[in-house]
Amino acid sequence: MKNLLEINNVVKNYGDFRALNDVSIHIPKGSVYGLLGPNGAGKTSLIRIINQITMADSGSIILDGETLSPKHTADIGYLPEERGLYKSMKVGEQALYLAQLKGLSKAEAKKRLKYWFDKFDISAWWGKKIEELSKGMAQKVQFIVTVLHEPKLLIFDEPFSGFDPINAQLIAQEILQLRDKGATIIFSTHRMESVEEMCDEIALIDKSNKILDGKLNDIKRQFRTHTFQVGLNTLNPKEVEASLKQNFDVLPADFKLLGNELTLNVKLGKTNSANELLSFLTSRGEVQHFVELIPNANDIFIQAINKNN
Amino acid sequence: MSKLKLIIHREFIAKVRNKSFIMMTFLSPILLVGMGALVFFLMKKNDEKVKEIVYVDNSGLFTKDDFKDTKTIHYQDFTVLGIEETKNKVEEGDYYGALIIPKQDSLEVLANAIEFYSKDSPGMSVMNSLETKIERKLRNKKLNSFGIDLEKINASKIQSDIKMINFSGEESSKLINGLKIGVGLIAGYMLMMFVMIYGTSVMRSVIEEKTSRIVEIIVSSVKPFQLMLGKIIGNASAGLLQFLIWGILIFIITTVASSIFGIDMVEMQTAKLSAEQLEAAKQAAGMDKMQLIIQEILRLPILKMFVLFIFYFLGGYMLYSSMFAAVGAAVDNETDTQQFMLPIMLPLILGVYVGFATVMNDPHGSIAVLFSHIPFTSPIVMLMRVPFGVSWYELAISMTLLLVTFVFMVWLAAKIYRVGILMYGKKPTYSDLYKWLKYKG
Repeated sequence: MKNLLEINNVVKNYGDFRALNDVSIHIPKGSVYGLLGPNGAGKTSLIRIINQITMADSGSIILDGETLSPKHTADIGYLPEERGLYKSMKVGEQALYLAQLKGLSKAEAKKRLKYWFDKFDISAWWGKKIEELSKGMAQKVQFIVTVLHEPKLLIFDEPFSGFDPINAQLIAQEILQLRDKGATIIFSTHRMESVEEMCDEIALIDKSNKILDGKLNDIKRQFRTHTFQVGLNTLNPKEVEASLKQNFDVLPADFKLLGNELTLNVKLGKTNSANELLSFLTSRGEVQHFVELIPNANDIFIQAINKNN
Repeated sequence: MSKLKLIIHREFIAKVRNKSFIMMTFLSPILLVGMGALVFFLMKKNDEKVKEIVYVDNSGLFTKDDFKDTKTIHYQDFTVLGIEETKNKVEEGDYYGALIIPKQDSLEVLANAIEFYSKDSPGMSVMNSLETKIERKLRNKKLNSFGIDLEKINASKIQSDIKMINFSGEESSKLINGLKIGVGLIAGYMLMMFVMIYGTSVMRSVIEEKTSRIVEIIVSSVKPFQLMLGKIIGNASAGLLQFLIWGILIFIITTVASSIFGIDMVEMQTAKLSAEQLEAAKQAAGMDKMQLIIQEILRLPILKMFVLFIFYFLGGYMLYSSMFAAVGAAVDNETDTQQFMLPIMLPLILGVYVGFATVMNDPHGSIAVLFSHIPFTSPIVMLMRVPFGVSWYELAISMTLLLVTFVFMVWLAAKIYRVGILMYGKKPTYSDLYKWLKYKG
């Protein structure tokens, strides 16, 4: 798959502080790309460089085969983490203004706004001032002005903050639909469950360095510990546990099942396979539960950051 | 529409739709003219009340001719009633005061023995006029006693009015000098007011964008420099519109007010020019006050003044408002602006002070010349000097310096602005601002 955005060896300093240290990230066309990292890692610096709000000290950025230049602002839509609209300006006028700044003609902007306002059922707000709307309502308007000019690249910084679960779901669906229509999406968030749900690939930035990137599933495989959650109905749980320990790493269970089964986390050794574990268990009782523990984005995040420290 | 135009348009619309802007635009001229008219009306009313002054002349030196009634003071001779009776009458009756002239042999003694009794302390102008009358009378008496012929002294009086002509052949007079001072001061003062009102308005607009956090969205579409420039121009356009409306409204209201209330506005405005100057000029030209003033105004280098006014007005405004924009970008809220405001306000106020203090007395003196070249004060001081005629090379130097400084300052302000708009939290210090200047891109 061709890359829409290629960030190569980007360095950014603020005085003596290095905000980005030789960061390279390639974002495939038509993907949802998760940009993860703790607070202050350098995510916002990188996003601002992509948006040409600031410039990189060195390194190159290629958008759709061309070196990033001011004309590309029309190809990018950006929803910053800190949302904001002109409080005393009317919703419609404001949306038109922001759309025109992104290069849309007034007539075209009006047409598209009508579509989105109808879709979100907010046409009645057109003449209202932002200060009259609730936070969630203003967020919807903000989302619309971000995507209105149908950019190739959409950058969402914590897009779900401020939304109730229903509206967050609505926005998530819209984002996936935009991807299906061909847009590429950079998704910066702390909410790991939404990373699982939405992202195809991720990059993890910590302390100004990229410490991890790739397809989410590949990374999961990389972080796999070959540990299984086991639930067994047996008459002699103590004996089973003791003999398991001879061949496997056995850890206390961190999950609950419905009955009074013996519950354990069992880690395979280097020599044995999942099948060996399963056949041992079936010989000792009735297997109720047998699931591999796949690391989720949250585990990966915490592990990778801890390792980097 | 280009992005800059869009920004200017938005800033302009946002400004002129603002309720307080609309209120200011339409209320200020009404208040201004209203207050002026009120003061004038009260002054007139005050003067119209006739003061009754009685006098007892025991010296026998004064005659009825020495105490002629004027519009505001009427005199009555109470000599026959005697001093005590007169004092009683004044104390009980509706008189302004009693002038008691005792009998004295020597004029010198008499000059310091005259008394004025009144219920309230008398006004300065009344006392001055009484003293002048008495001094004149006593001096004439004294001259007479020396055997000097008064008629000859009166006949020997000559008034001189020096015509001032420079080498380019421009004539001037005291009247036109007064006008030049007036025009210069008004232009300089207007510039200062404009910079203060609309410069801070630029600053507030920057702070608003910062606190509402929309600025990050805007600068992802346009360059911060464009945003800053758009703000400066948009606010200036709104300001010029406001000034224009003020001008028109003041003209209309003045015209209407003077026709309704019969207040002579020309009289109001020319009241400051000395009556003597006016009288002399009037006699010389043989026309009435209004015609004379118009004629003198037309003799000023109006086109040159207008062009220079526009140049210094725009140059000064742009220079200062870019600094205001940088201050707005550096802080999170208006209360934090104070530490940065002083260095901006200082040269502005200095300009006006220097203008008032030096240009009036000596428009081509070294201080006036110096400050009309320093870019931060030159817009104000030079505007005040222009009506007096400033040589082209001085103008060229001053304008070039202003232009260079303006470009440099906008560049500097844009650097601070660009970094500042995305900085939140900490109140920046001057050394922070210096650091920001060194950030790349």
